[in-house]
Amino acid sequence: MKRLVADPIRCLACRACEIACALAHAETDDLAEAIADPGTRPRIYLESAEGLAVPLQCRHCEDAPCVAVCPSGALSRSSEAEPVLADQQKCIGCAYCVQACPFGVIRVATDQTVVIKCDLCIGRQGQGLPPACVAACPVGALWLEEMDEVAKRSRAKAAAGAAAASLTNEGR
Amino acid sequence: MAVRERSVDAASLQMLKVAEEADIATVWDRFESQQPQCGFGRLGICCRNCFMGPCRIDPFGEGAQVGICGATADTIVARNLLKNTAVGAAAHSDHGREIVHALRMAAGGKSDAYKIRGPVKLHKLAEEYGIARHDRSDDEIAKDLAELLLAEFGRQEGVLLNTARAPEQQQRNWAALGTVPRGVDREVVTAMHRTHVGVDNEAEHLLLGAARTALADGWGGSMIATDVSDMLFGEPKPLRSRVNLGVLKEDEVNILVHGHEPTLSDVIVAASQDPELLAEAAAKGAKGINLAGICCTANEILMRHGVPIAGNFLQQELALMTGAVEVMLVDVQCVFPAVTEFQKCFHTKVVSTSPKARFPGATHIEFHEEHAMETAKKIIRMAIENFANRDPARVTIPATQEKLVAGFTTDVVHEILGGKYRPSYRPLNDGIQTGRLRGVAGVVGCNNPKFPHDGSHLAMVKELIRNDVLVVQTGCSAIACGKAGLLTPEAAEAHAGKGLGEICRAVGMPPVLHVGSCVDNSRILTACVEMVNEGGIGDSLDKLPVAGAAPEWMSEKAISIGMYFVASGIFVVIGQALPVEGSAAVVEMLTQTFEKHFGATWAFEPDPVKAAHRMIDHIDRKRADLGLPPPMYEVPYAPKTNGAARAANRTVSTGGQPAGEAGAAVAASCRGPRIED
Repeated sequence: MKRLVADPIRCLACRACEIACALAHAETDDLAEAIADPGTRPRIYLESAEGLAVPLQCRHCEDAPCVAVCPSGALSRSSEAEPVLADQQKCIGCAYCVQACPFGVIRVATDQTVVIKCDLCIGRQGQGLPPACVAACPVGALWLEEMDEVAKRSRAKAAAGAAAASLTNEGR
Repeated sequence: MAVRERSVDAASLQMLKVAEEADIATVWDRFESQQPQCGFGRLGICCRNCFMGPCRIDPFGEGAQVGICGATADTIVARNLLKNTAVGAAAHSDHGREIVHALRMAAGGKSDAYKIRGPVKLHKLAEEYGIARHDRSDDEIAKDLAELLLAEFGRQEGVLLNTARAPEQQQRNWAALGTVPRGVDREVVTAMHRTHVGVDNEAEHLLLGAARTALADGWGGSMIATDVSDMLFGEPKPLRSRVNLGVLKEDEVNILVHGHEPTLSDVIVAASQDPELLAEAAAKGAKGINLAGICCTANEILMRHGVPIAGNFLQQELALMTGAVEVMLVDVQCVFPAVTEFQKCFHTKVVSTSPKARFPGATHIEFHEEHAMETAKKIIRMAIENFANRDPARVTIPATQEKLVAGFTTDVVHEILGGKYRPSYRPLNDGIQTGRLRGVAGVVGCNNPKFPHDGSHLAMVKELIRNDVLVVQTGCSAIACGKAGLLTPEAAEAHAGKGLGEICRAVGMPPVLHVGSCVDNSRILTACVEMVNEGGIGDSLDKLPVAGAAPEWMSEKAISIGMYFVASGIFVVIGQALPVEGSAAVVEMLTQTFEKHFGATWAFEPDPVKAAHRMIDHIDRKRADLGLPPPMYEVPYAPKTNGAARAANRTVSTGGQPAGEAGAAVAASCRGPRIED
């Protein structure tokens, strides 16, 4: 499954992802109307740490604690290749998942009856569109990628570093 | 966005295909690469006015609700709007100041190119401002007038003289709200001061500041620009010309003038007819020197010389893509820096001329009024030289062009409607009073890639005229309608409702009147004042059955224009909302509370037909308030009143006179406009 990757070095904290996310999950396409509805909320969060802005959203964990603690079966995933979704019909608003989430990216909706979380914009993805936050990011700080690809890139980077170190040691 | 969705104009679509095939980026591509655009900016809730910030307000009400200084969304939104308004007012007014400078130079005999070409206007204004005329030459009068008008920009005490032109009610409104404009420059400077950190923080007070600044533009900078242009370059009279990219010529040297100030372009018109230069062009194998315009410079020289228009704002790059333009001469406002990129693909040279505006990659030939003719000739010679570099294989000139009639002004309308020997607005007011004419709408403003190019202008204007609303236009909106053939008398047959059609036929005028460039929106103000003065349709501007719109607006100048119309009592509906939606309070003030202050509000409506209906609803309400009858004829968008009352009203209002006779009366009192070819 492709997951969201965020690059805090690139992020300029414009919060375009938050606005796009909230709008993508609102009842309307009109931003002015959406902000007038108190229920409109983003599912992506911009947190500040070490002088950087860090976009955070659901990691869609393999062994998801939120799914494990959900008493009503509202949180589930149809397979390991699918995102963790919250079924608002089944949700009883107990907020156990909110407590269980190690990233703090599930929260109780404004009306207090259900929880809301990132669904990786499966609706948009079904139409061949990237998640709203990815599409909105003006600096390319957010993208969707297979974790294997991420690992591969990290390996290539690590290998290049190791090779450079070896060459330096050899004095070549 | 597919190419076919970018514009409704055939010539533009043809050029966009060329762009696609040649892989040349245009404004639409750049627009797409900016998507999605920043929500904070759109909502107006980011503040960059001090450097504790930047700050922004969380529009979802969870995060920060105030900036570091404590400014709320209301404060930030209103302060940003005041700043936008000041920039728009500054642009028009600085343009106006340049024209007055040229007048002073002409009067002092210090110019090789300028002289008084509008003596009637000169004497009219001299009388209005109390300048002695007895036994004095035009130059002497003009010199005094130029000094007086220049002082209006820097006026430190009292109020702008032109505010006396406004009806009493407007003057009372402004006085009561503290929005009477003083010196033009003063209002802009004060506005900028008020937006500094920790100065003006109350939203309503800031918005009234925006109104005051805009009024200094509408009744000051812009109105002076129009008056003095008429004096210096000649008073426009109705004339015929052509519009769209098809006006470029394959066998002539093509020079495009793009921007806003007529000071240089007017001289270019004269220089392009210089026999010596024409001979030089012939020697290079060109059959002539073809001048065409883009944006409001185009409107200025169209109105006075009938120079054809190549296109409006979103066609500036498409015109260069024809590969047939030797020189594009630019001055100020609305010129894309991207135009110089086309020098890499084509032989075209972009020449910047204003001491205020430079464009990376352009050739800069600075224009000063003292040497106007010399500079104009130098630029034309450059174009002639460059003709040889044109690659015929890369030339694509769309065949598309349309006829139009332009050159309508507040003064000309007197003559057209009243006749040469009895100039009057009476027939216009009569038309409105009887319901033959439902009202008058000003449709103005820019193009914006957020809307299909020209699409909203055309849809709105067609909806208005088929409902018997006479339309007056300026700027890029007028060019859009020109390209669609709406600025011709024949358009009345094809598109106007029965009542408007009758008047157009009687007078021989188009149902859509081109009144000039964007500073010439001031003509719409003065025309409305004439309607008030003529009497019978309201004794103040806010009572007139009129409305304004800018369906594809994009510039800060448009904000200033909209604001001065609203503050002058005229309802204005614009396509995309002002960047104020981050504050519900500010939206309410602009769209509701302003009614109480000025007798008019702003409205935001992206759908051009719905927007036209809002204008018509407003016009109908004003008609009802005045006790005027409903429209004389069946109209597609009927008034929202009950039928019985309508029928009763109709009998009373026309005094039992059959409609046909009333039509004949209008016809008898009118003469056709003198249309010069």
